[in-house]
Amino acid sequence: MIHKFKAAGHFFVLDVNSSSLHIVDELANDLLDFYPDGAGGVSELSAKYPEADLREAAGEIDALVSNGLLFSSDPFEGAEGSAFAEPVVKALCLHLAHDCNLRCRYCFAGTGGFGGGRSLMPAETGRAAVDFLLTNSGSRRNLEVDFFGGEPLMNFEAMKAIVAHARENEGRFGKKISFTVTTNGLLLDDEKTAYINEHTQNAVLSLDGRPAVNDAMRPAASGGGSYVLVAPKFQKLIERRAADYYARGTYTRENLDFTADILHLRDLGFRCISMEPVVLPPESPLSIRTEDLPAIYSEYDKLLDIMLLDDSFSFFHYNVDLTGGPCVYKRLSGCGAGSQYLAVVPNGDFYACHQLAGDPSYLCGNVKTGLTSRFETPSVNSRPKCRACFAKFFCGGGCPAAAITLNGGVSEPYEIGCALQKKRTECALALNALKAR
Amino acid sequence: MKHIQTVSKKTLQSTVRTGGCGECASSCQSACKTSCTVANQPCKKTDAPS
Ligand code: SF4
Ligand code: SF4
Repeated sequence: MIHKFKAAGHFFVLDVNSSSLHIVDELANDLLDFYPDGAGGVSELSAKYPEADLREAAGEIDALVSNGLLFSSDPFEGAEGSAFAEPVVKALCLHLAHDCNLRCRYCFAGTGGFGGGRSLMPAETGRAAVDFLLTNSGSRRNLEVDFFGGEPLMNFEAMKAIVAHARENEGRFGKKISFTVTTNGLLLDDEKTAYINEHTQNAVLSLDGRPAVNDAMRPAASGGGSYVLVAPKFQKLIERRAADYYARGTYTRENLDFTADILHLRDLGFRCISMEPVVLPPESPLSIRTEDLPAIYSEYDKLLDIMLLDDSFSFFHYNVDLTGGPCVYKRLSGCGAGSQYLAVVPNGDFYACHQLAGDPSYLCGNVKTGLTSRFETPSVNSRPKCRACFAKFFCGGGCPAAAITLNGGVSEPYEIGCALQKKRTECALALNALKAR
Repeated sequence: MKHIQTVSKKTLQSTVRTGGCGECASSCQSACKTSCTVANQPCKKTDAPS
């Protein structure tokens, strides 16, 4: 399977199964329509192009086919199932606080409470979760813990206690835990900033971009916009940060011109930026609809054009490693929600994913009792739509929680998410290819 | 080549032979987190082919 696309004025061909990528001229682009067998291409196109050129291009195509770089075979034809032999837990999302000091209009967590009461995770529960991770991760050495909420800094003391506990114990098990904190920034002060910079390997800093856009979506619980309170704190944090971070925003149908928000974040000094489409049911006034797609596609194209000239920042979805990157197993297995990845809520219950926290159908156990059930996310190969999709080795099958909430089940991916994923994959490939040549 | 410029000669198939070690970061793809999507994270396998 190949996928042809045009981006930034160039023609590209992705050989889906090998993931090799080619920039082609218009002639080769037209000729490829006659492949895989190639029959008739040269004669059909001889009115448009010189025959010698067509034959030359055909020779180039044939050489790539025989080297396994075009129309290569599916590495897993007929194969199903799980990537890695051992079913182990390797990542936990700790909901330190089911409470929040912002009232974001698009929040899936029901302003932090996840449909239940407001609560904080006791440090003891967090420590037990770390112990569970250390003892249930089999031979995996690299583990992950994400401090999440609600707003995790509302429970900062527990966060510190959990990190200290992990660092004290991980060595005995031959493991290394990488910590991420996802914060709205409101409670950042010098102490927390210094702590986060010293102890977390990644920080996800939520800010939607331009002040008016941010404040329309992210009002403080006390009323009023959050931009002016938060942006300077984030700027201070990244000034002194050596480890990874992302400034991350959400766009909705109210700011389909979100490139301006990405550039605003760039102008604030952020170098690693992410801007994600909101995921809400179609009846929500903020949700992305099919009719919004053309405008969004042209925004992604615009961003691509800008980034071809400006490498002062990176855009999360355009990061793709053309020569390395993960193995095919990883690419097919997706997020691992409910098996490799679990969310832990304040009372110690496990859920398949942070987005499914509070839904009894996705309750998987508790820090005290351990895992009582696993939830297997479907692999790319087990879903016909994904299997036929050119982006499958870049996407991994999308977000099962989005499919569950918006499609009512995991058997089909969430269509708008797919449309955006495919467009971003094309732009990411184009950006990296044009920069590499 | 005159008509085709190959930017990446990746052969993903070769990673089937070496197998996955499962050490790479988990990859939530949701909009509410910015962890890793599958294709933009580093492989942590020590003897990984490219
Ligand atoms: S873009 Fe959609 S169809 Fe393609 S692999 Fe991802 S989830 Fe599956
Ligand atoms: S189900 Fe979606 S939100 Fe949950 S871990 Fe997987 S990709 Fe992330």
